[in-house]
Formats: sequence, structure tokens, C-alpha cells
Amino acid sequence: MEFPDDLKYTKEHEWVRIKGDVAMIGISDYAQEQLGDIVYLELPEEGEAVEKGEPFGVVESVKAVSDIYAAVSGKVLEINDPLPENPETLNEDCYEEGWLIKVKMSNPKEAEDLMDSIQYQAYIKEETA
Amino acid sequence: MTLKTPLYNEHQKLKGRIVDFAGFEMPVQYAGVIEEHNAVRHAAGLFDVSHMGEFLFEGPEAQKFLEYLTPNFVGKLTDGMAQYSMLLNEKGGIVDDILVYRYGPQKFMMVVNASNIEKDFEWVSSHKTKFPEVTLTNISDQTALLALQGPKAKEILPSDLKPFHFFVGAIFGVPNCTVARTGYTGEDGFEIFCSTDQVVALWQALLKAGEPFGLKPAGLGARDTLRLEARLSLYGHEINDATNPLEVGLSWVVKLDKPHEFIGKSALIQIKEAGLQRQIVGFKMIDKGIPRQDCRIREDKKEIGFVTSGTFSPTLQIGIGLGYVPTEFSSIGTKFNIDIRGNLKLAEVVQMPFYTRNRLPASYMEGIPREKGR
Repeated sequence: MEFPDDLKYTKEHEWVRIKGDVAMIGISDYAQEQLGDIVYLELPEEGEAVEKGEPFGVVESVKAVSDIYAAVSGKVLEINDPLPENPETLNEDCYEEGWLIKVKMSNPKEAEDLMDSIQYQAYIKEETA
Repeated sequence: MTLKTPLYNEHQKLKGRIVDFAGFEMPVQYAGVIEEHNAVRHAAGLFDVSHMGEFLFEGPEAQKFLEYLTPNFVGKLTDGMAQYSMLLNEKGGIVDDILVYRYGPQKFMMVVNASNIEKDFEWVSSHKTKFPEVTLTNISDQTALLALQGPKAKEILPSDLKPFHFFVGAIFGVPNCTVARTGYTGEDGFEIFCSTDQVVALWQALLKAGEPFGLKPAGLGARDTLRLEARLSLYGHEINDATNPLEVGLSWVVKLDKPHEFIGKSALIQIKEAGLQRQIVGFKMIDKGIPRQDCRIREDKKEIGFVTSGTFSPTLQIGIGLGYVPTEFSSIGTKFNIDIRGNLKLAEVVQMPFYTRNRLPASYMEGIPREKGR
């Protein structure tokens, strides 16, 4: 499993790529592997508000349903529109092709609570121990 | 406490993802549910289903006892034949769905669901007093079970067994196996019982022999999607102690005219005369979405039923499900909504099963890529 150094991570296994006040959000390699074959994805509409810690979407594998939580609060600037038609992309490339939404952050300070790659890997180890 | 089958270490070696199922630590998947599902549809898969339970019925009254316990006609079986059947309670509810194997006129085996082993054994034992000439033994702990399923199964294990027939003998050097042409996937294949201390050798030999044919180890995840596409009922989903065989679509198992009394018979006669209030239908999603167990079924917004099993169908590439609806909503083509997380998604009752070996109903062929639509 890979956890790129330039990303931040949540305890709910989302990743965040921050550029200025815009956060790109996706699910981590660990999340996609735990889910297994991903076959369904629901994303919010552009312009919708998302709130840190609240679900903004749903991802389903053959066997499991899982909420996707917002890592930061703000307004949805852009969604990865083709992705719900090809949800298996999340299994193949969860960090690039498989990004979910871009959020214009209303409170960029929230990002300070997120884990870095090393902290996140330690967290996974702890959780699965 | 969770139990392990004798193959637990093999599952770990194969990187199986282990989950608790009916108190057993079982592999839900190895490489992935869809890959394993497709292996069974197009080549072959090998399942460890050793968690299933087995009871032996021996003695001069064994058959008579089974006729009383089960609604199917045990008298139709000859040596080396198996039969799908049920244990019913007095109200006609389903205690469990089972298989009955006839080894000889005085020796039968009953195969039961893992989650019901204790309940079933108590149930069967409680009725044994009327049949003193039967020895009843729970051999679940000594008995392992593998399922070799898929179109290539007969090349991996050449055999002229007819469906629902079995033989007892050695295969791949493992003695005293019961090899039956049965399964739970909608494909051709075998279920093989052997003693728990031999099953690791048998598992390894089958995987090796099957490798050139594309055989893959398959987990309970694929077993569930396969059985659902084949519209096979599962205890705890379509059936339980409060559902009767008629509403589940299993009236063919109930032989009301067999020359034996059986538990639940008078209740089922009454249910039949009164007519069915509800029944299981199979539906496919028209809107995007995956139905899951316990989702409400609605006409407009009014609740009319509930989903008993639902999944993404790897073969059909859409959401499919089974559920109870009032009889007036059961005809093919009926549309209703499935309430998925508060969103109403349109679904349509379709002909069952969703998948039949070598054939798909024509209605599915539109819009399905060819290689997926076989």
C-alpha cells in the first residue's frame, strides 16, 4: 500500500491535497483495499456545502457500504464527474484518477488537525493491531 | 468464541480476508469478490464450506424419521442420491433448509446451515422419542466440506455423476470422500465431504489439479453473489422460522401428497387454501443503486415490503435483489421503489433466476457488454 508524503489523511481513511484554500479529497489506498471491488459511488453536487466530519458521499463495494467524510468544511468547487460511471477507478488509482471532490475551504485552519503520511500509517497499524 | 475450519491456515497463506460468519472465522474473499465470482462463472472456484453442519441418521427407522421431519419425499431417494429439503415447525415456518443424502436404506446424512447447527440438532433430537430405532449423531466437528464449482469442475474432477447423485470413495488419494454433484452457485460442480484431518490435503490437491483450468480459491463473498444471481434462498435472508416455503417459492419441496405425516403439513394446507399474502420476488434496479438487506420496498412512498438480499451483480453489472411484496406486486414487469438511504430508486420485477447456466433472459442482453453478458 502507498501513502504519498504530500497528502494529509483522516481517521476515516480519506486523503486531502491542499493548494492554497482549495482541498482535493479522495479515499486512501487502505480504504479502497478494505472495501474491495468498488461498484458504486455517490458524490455531492457542485456548490453544495460540506462540513468537516460529516458524510458527503457514499462508496459501495460488492459487499459493503461506506460513507465518505469531509476532511474540511467548505463549498464543493468541482466533482470528479466521470468517476461515478467508472467507480472501479478507485481501486486502480485512488490518488490521481480517483480523486472525488475539490472543496473551497471556509476555515483552512481545520487542515492542521489532519495526519501526515507517517502518522496515518502508524494509525492504521494501531487500528488493525 | 469463534471457531476455525481445518483450512484456516490455508486461507491465511492465500491471503484470504477473514471475517466472522456464523461463529466461524471464514474467508470472505482472496483476490476479490468479482474476480472469484467470474472464475466460478467461466472456469472454476474452490470454496471451504466446512462450517456447514452434518447429522447422521442410522437404523431401521431412519427413513421414517426423516419423512416425519421433512416435507420432501425421502422415499423417492435411492442409494447415492441427495435431495434439497427443509425442517419445518408446526406453523409451517422454516427451521432451516437442508440437504438429505441417502447412503443406504438405514443410513442418511442431513446437511444444515452453520448458523443453525445447534438449533437444528436440538430440534431433530426433540422429535426423536417417537422413533427409538434411530441413532442420531452430530458429525459436524469431524466433517469438512469443499465446494468445487464452475464449468471446468468436471474437467478437474472427471465424473459421470448425475445432478444430485453422489459416490463414496477416494479422490486425489484422500479416502472415504462423499462426492456429490450439487452446489450453491448456479453452476455445474461438486460438493465433497471428507474427514477434517484429510481436508488440507484435498484442498491443496484440488487447487493444484485445477490450476491449469483457471481454478481459484473463492470466498463467502462470491458464494453470496453467485447464489443470489441463481436465486437460491439463504437462511436469515429469504427464509427463517417465520416464513413458509410457499411464499419463498419453494412449494415444489413440499410434497403434501406423500404417504407420510410430516411436521408443518396441516399448517401448510391451511396456508395454501387461504392463499398467499406476500411472496418473494426478484427485481433488478432501473435507477442506479445497490439494494441491501432490510431496505424498504415502496410504491410511491408507501411501504409495501422489504429486501431480503441485495447486491451488485457481477454478471449483469447492475443492482439486483430479492424481497417480500404483497402478491399483487409480484408479477413480472411490476415496478416499485427501493428506499436506499432515504432515496427512492426505481426497480422492476424480473423473471427468475437472474442467471441460468449458459443462458441469460433476453431482457438483460441489451446494454450488457458481450463478454460480460454470457
